[in-house]
Amino acid sequence: MPWNLNSDRPIFVQIIEHLQIDIITGVYKPGDKLPSVRDLAAEAGVNPNTMQKALSDFESTGLVHSERTSGRFITNDDNLIKELRKSLVDVQIEEFFKNMGKLGFTGKEIIQLVEQHVEK
Amino acid sequence: MSNLLEIQGVSKKYDKTQALNDVTLSIAPGHIIGLLGPNGSGKTTLIKILCGLLQPDSGTVLIDDNPVGPKSKAVVSYLPDKTYLDEDMKVEAVVAMFKYFYDDFDENRANEMLASLKIDPKSKLKTLSKGNKEKVQLMLVMSRRAKLYILDEPIAGVDPAARDYILRTIISNFDSSASLIIATHLISDIEPVLDEAIFLQDGSIKLFKSVDDIRAEHGKSVDELFREVYRC
Repeated sequence: MPWNLNSDRPIFVQIIEHLQIDIITGVYKPGDKLPSVRDLAAEAGVNPNTMQKALSDFESTGLVHSERTSGRFITNDDNLIKELRKSLVDVQIEEFFKNMGKLGFTGKEIIQLVEQHVEK
Repeated sequence: MSNLLEIQGVSKKYDKTQALNDVTLSIAPGHIIGLLGPNGSGKTTLIKILCGLLQPDSGTVLIDDNPVGPKSKAVVSYLPDKTYLDEDMKVEAVVAMFKYFYDDFDENRANEMLASLKIDPKSKLKTLSKGNKEKVQLMLVMSRRAKLYILDEPIAGVDPAARDYILRTIISNFDSSASLIIATHLISDIEPVLDEAIFLQDGSIKLFKSVDDIRAEHGKSVDELFREVYRC
């Protein structure tokens, strides 16, 4: 099943986001070896060159690193993964508040609505 | 690294119709390129020139440093937009024919693909559905270890599940020193697989850019940009 890369944004950006989610949800655990570029590209249904670019970009965040000849590995640094989770949470919350704002709600009202929703 | 394909100022006229107008482009090894354009924009004409089925009126084509001829044809694997196989042949006989005909044909690869696509090698081509016939032809073309694959509308009649399989097969099978040109209207299906997209319009190249550059610059997928550029 190819990854869901339907947005209009650059494909390599969407690949990185997909990998971030995979790391946070434990599909890949700290220290795990990533599949080869070609296998990942086939799994995702994307061009291998695009996958290569995504992985090299992703390496600059330190969440994955490559070891010469043996492949790419997920970081063992729990703090990095915690930071990643936090940054993704922030993105979701900002997006949520932005959308609720479009519907005409402000901060306190939104929190009230969320509490009501959770109680239901 | 030298380019796998060099096209210099190629033009072609049919009577009064200018099918190709001064087309110049080069393709490096290891790239998958979408050749996109509306009906009658010159896609098939360009492809036929690359395969030596048509002579350009002017301009030059070099494939792997050779002009179009026996040497270039040996490294080009071409899927035409129309079927050319004898419908009375069995699938296994066609595979045998390809093996005999092409030095670079990989029979194991062909049989693996047939098994994955659940096509019985003993069946005659004329008993297969339109989609399955297309799968057989694509399987034959992709089973060669060629340097340049040229696919003219390869997935039009194939169901979405088989399309995914075919695209996956293309990604995982093709050698990093080879390149692949796909002419198609089904842009959104193949878009994630492409390195670059070429937009042809009235026989000229309107755009030749990497898919992610198009997305970054225009904020649109290639499919959407196509619909905008060629709005009728």
